[in-house]
Amino acid sequence: MTEIFKAILILIIGVLIISCNGQEQEIVNVYTHRHYEADQQLFDNFTAQTGIQVNVVSASADELIQKLELEGAGSPADVLITVDAGRLHRAEEKDLLQSIDSEILQENIPQKYNSPSNKWFGLTYRARILAYSKERVDPSELSTYEALADDKWEGRLLTRSSENIYNQSLLASILEAHGEEKTTEWAKAVLSNMARSPKGNDRDQVKAVASGEGDVAIVNTYYIGIMLNDSNIEEQRAAEQVGIFFPNQEDRGTHINISGAGVTKYAPNKGNAIKLLEFLSGKEAQTLLADINFEYPVNPEVEHSPLLKNWGDFKSDDIALYKLGNKNREAVMIFDRIGWK
Amino acid sequence: MNTRILSLVKQSYYWWNRWAGAAVVILLLVTIPVLTILLQLFEPPGDSWYHLKENLLLTLFSNTLLLLSGVSLFTFLLGVSTAWLVSNYNFPGRRYFEWLLILPLGFPAYIMAYTYTGIFDYAGPIHSFFRNHLAINIKGSLIDIMNLPGAVFILSITLFPYVFLISRSSFLQQSKTLQEASSLLGSHRWRTFIRIALPMARPAIVGGIALASMEVLNDYGTVKYFGVNTFTTGIFRAWFSMGDATTAIYLSAILMMVVFTILYLESLQRGNRQFGNANALTKPLVRVTPNVKKQFLYTTFCTIIFLVSFLIPLAQIVYWVILTYEKVINKDFFLLIYRSFSLAAGTGLAVVILSVVLLYALRLSPFKWMKNITKIATLGYAIPGAVIAVGIMIPILGFDRWLAGQFSPGTLGLILSGSLFGLIFAYIVRFMAVGYNPIDAGFQKIGLHVNEASRLLGSGPTRTLWRVDLPLIKPSLFSGILLVFVDVLKELPLTLILRPFNYHTLATKAFDMATNEMIAESANAALIIILTGIIPIIFLNRMIRRRDV
Repeated sequence: MTEIFKAILILIIGVLIISCNGQEQEIVNVYTHRHYEADQQLFDNFTAQTGIQVNVVSASADELIQKLELEGAGSPADVLITVDAGRLHRAEEKDLLQSIDSEILQENIPQKYNSPSNKWFGLTYRARILAYSKERVDPSELSTYEALADDKWEGRLLTRSSENIYNQSLLASILEAHGEEKTTEWAKAVLSNMARSPKGNDRDQVKAVASGEGDVAIVNTYYIGIMLNDSNIEEQRAAEQVGIFFPNQEDRGTHINISGAGVTKYAPNKGNAIKLLEFLSGKEAQTLLADINFEYPVNPEVEHSPLLKNWGDFKSDDIALYKLGNKNREAVMIFDRIGWK
Repeated sequence: MNTRILSLVKQSYYWWNRWAGAAVVILLLVTIPVLTILLQLFEPPGDSWYHLKENLLLTLFSNTLLLLSGVSLFTFLLGVSTAWLVSNYNFPGRRYFEWLLILPLGFPAYIMAYTYTGIFDYAGPIHSFFRNHLAINIKGSLIDIMNLPGAVFILSITLFPYVFLISRSSFLQQSKTLQEASSLLGSHRWRTFIRIALPMARPAIVGGIALASMEVLNDYGTVKYFGVNTFTTGIFRAWFSMGDATTAIYLSAILMMVVFTILYLESLQRGNRQFGNANALTKPLVRVTPNVKKQFLYTTFCTIIFLVSFLIPLAQIVYWVILTYEKVINKDFFLLIYRSFSLAAGTGLAVVILSVVLLYALRLSPFKWMKNITKIATLGYAIPGAVIAVGIMIPILGFDRWLAGQFSPGTLGLILSGSLFGLIFAYIVRFMAVGYNPIDAGFQKIGLHVNEASRLLGSGPTRTLWRVDLPLIKPSLFSGILLVFVDVLKELPLTLILRPFNYHTLATKAFDMATNEMIAESANAALIIILTGIIPIIFLNRMIRRRDV
């Protein structure tokens, strides 16, 4: 038995020694839900410019929020990055983030992408659009999300399961616009118009349109960009079969969501965390984000990538983004009640 | 009166020895996260509970039940039939199938799901072939596997090797004598299989199916991708979509109770019967060479299973790798391989050592009910990884805070929770069952007589373990290490939550890319997971095969 205690003691001491090393190096610790390859490149650029090392843990936003909650004041995290405003709002509600007063951030990012209390900031936005079959659908037939409830779409619509945050946020935005009763009716009608039960990811929906399984898919813009640039020629072909339609241009605008970041409440390296956010909102980083991942940069100074330009400008739904978080739970419950998997 | 006291003293001496002491310590450590979660049952559930109960619970239960029974049935059919063939008959390719049929274990189920979807979809080889060479556009999915039967298919072909591996080593350890007796008494080989071999291998087979079932309960990636709502997606939905951790843990606690009941019923049903025989290893099985027609049949059968469960999906992955490797492979990639490999090997060894200590303490103990208590150590396997992670983080963070409190404030951060310690601890809790079950089956197979004989001849318990028991159950030990190794290599939710900063494993890397819908890119890491799995599998197979030629 004494051996066991010795082993445990040695282990603890070993861990102590390891964790005491490298104190003088400037660091910033990031919890992120974004795990795109472009992000690592951005962090490397940041380190090259500032000498601040970026440490990353990537997992789903929910798990990271849970982790932040459990760690409390002892948390090593400085920055939380998610791919949806609802989760940032949840982190704010749980009092895990702090207000940041930074002129650079105010200047680079229009206020509509940020939380009213400046506890989180948008970095990029993406639109949830209609990808239609160029062969079987005339764009003039398309108008709004609401119009997808029409009988003429019976057996023709495609989208992924309601487990996915993008669909939850879309429904939350409709909930905000029309209230619970109408939204439930809409979701029911759309569900009954589905070509198949909701499943797969966004790219699968585009491929299902290409193969003729359905005619209109509700997907995020950047996936089309990624597919068009895929190393597999067949993926490119699938994406070429579909046209992009931005719905609700005549009224409230197309639903968008952000990926964004906030500084954690107990950030041990607060100064570096702010520097990182400022860097990410700057021109260089925003250009890279837009070019590599086909997202829309929040910084209005930054040019859109050629593909995004080609799709044209569009009017986006200006609903305050934190409301997507407010309505999220209600949206999920509607999905469950009507049996949208 | 005196003799009664004496026997009591004797009994307590047997009960309380060093082995029992060590076992108690291990049990306590391993049950901490389980207890942390079970305690939640005494809390009232969150308000999402009523919403879930009203709208989803029935679907969740029926889907889970269908999935479980489907996968149990098919893993049993695939695993036992192939194991019986390769251990009892000579046919072309038999020696290769012995290890080829274990290979699907290296496939993470969600990768298999993505791969098969990729094979059948618009950009896949079948659609492309018809479109580009025959100018035929296939409408829709050629075969739609993104549904419940599809999920049963995917999970069965990735999990049947558990049953194959364990029942094969059980068939190999069965004595020839019994089967000879059966033949001499006029039994057909088929009858011998049903009446002798199958019942004798039952603990092993049930153990294998239990492992597969628990993997099914833990699977999130496949069912989510296929849009099949199960108990696990319910847990994630309550926790993540509704932000209600209490309800999620409440759900998993109920799930755990169900699993515990199943395990208990299984052990009741097994009762006190012994499945071993004294001279198990003296005469190995002799294989029969059937006629050519049958040989052809057996070879075809095994080939088809191997193609579907491994080679075809592997080919698709290799194709994806060829398309994308230039983007993905760099020096960091080799670091990934090294880390994943050492984590998996270390955990495998730790789990097997701990399992041996637990089971040996049980072996020495005079109390039958100890068995049910020891089983608690294996419960972690039934809890979804994400939930275990919380069960581990709560006590570890508590310890860290306590430790930090011993020093002046600010000098010490959270030490254990940010280190690999928490991760490995979690792996051990999660995968205890994987190492425990084959070793348990191994011990049962060799029976108690050899141990008793050795100790009657004057060897102490420790010496007996080293000189008698361990050498006899060597195949089981290696099965244990191998199974844990490949499981850790594939493990996802625990690793995602508990790993230190900047720490990637092959599985997390593959998953990152797959969730970003870069399936082809994720194939690089997936391929390494699958290939690294092969090396220990071949090595292990040599061990199981022993002196048999």
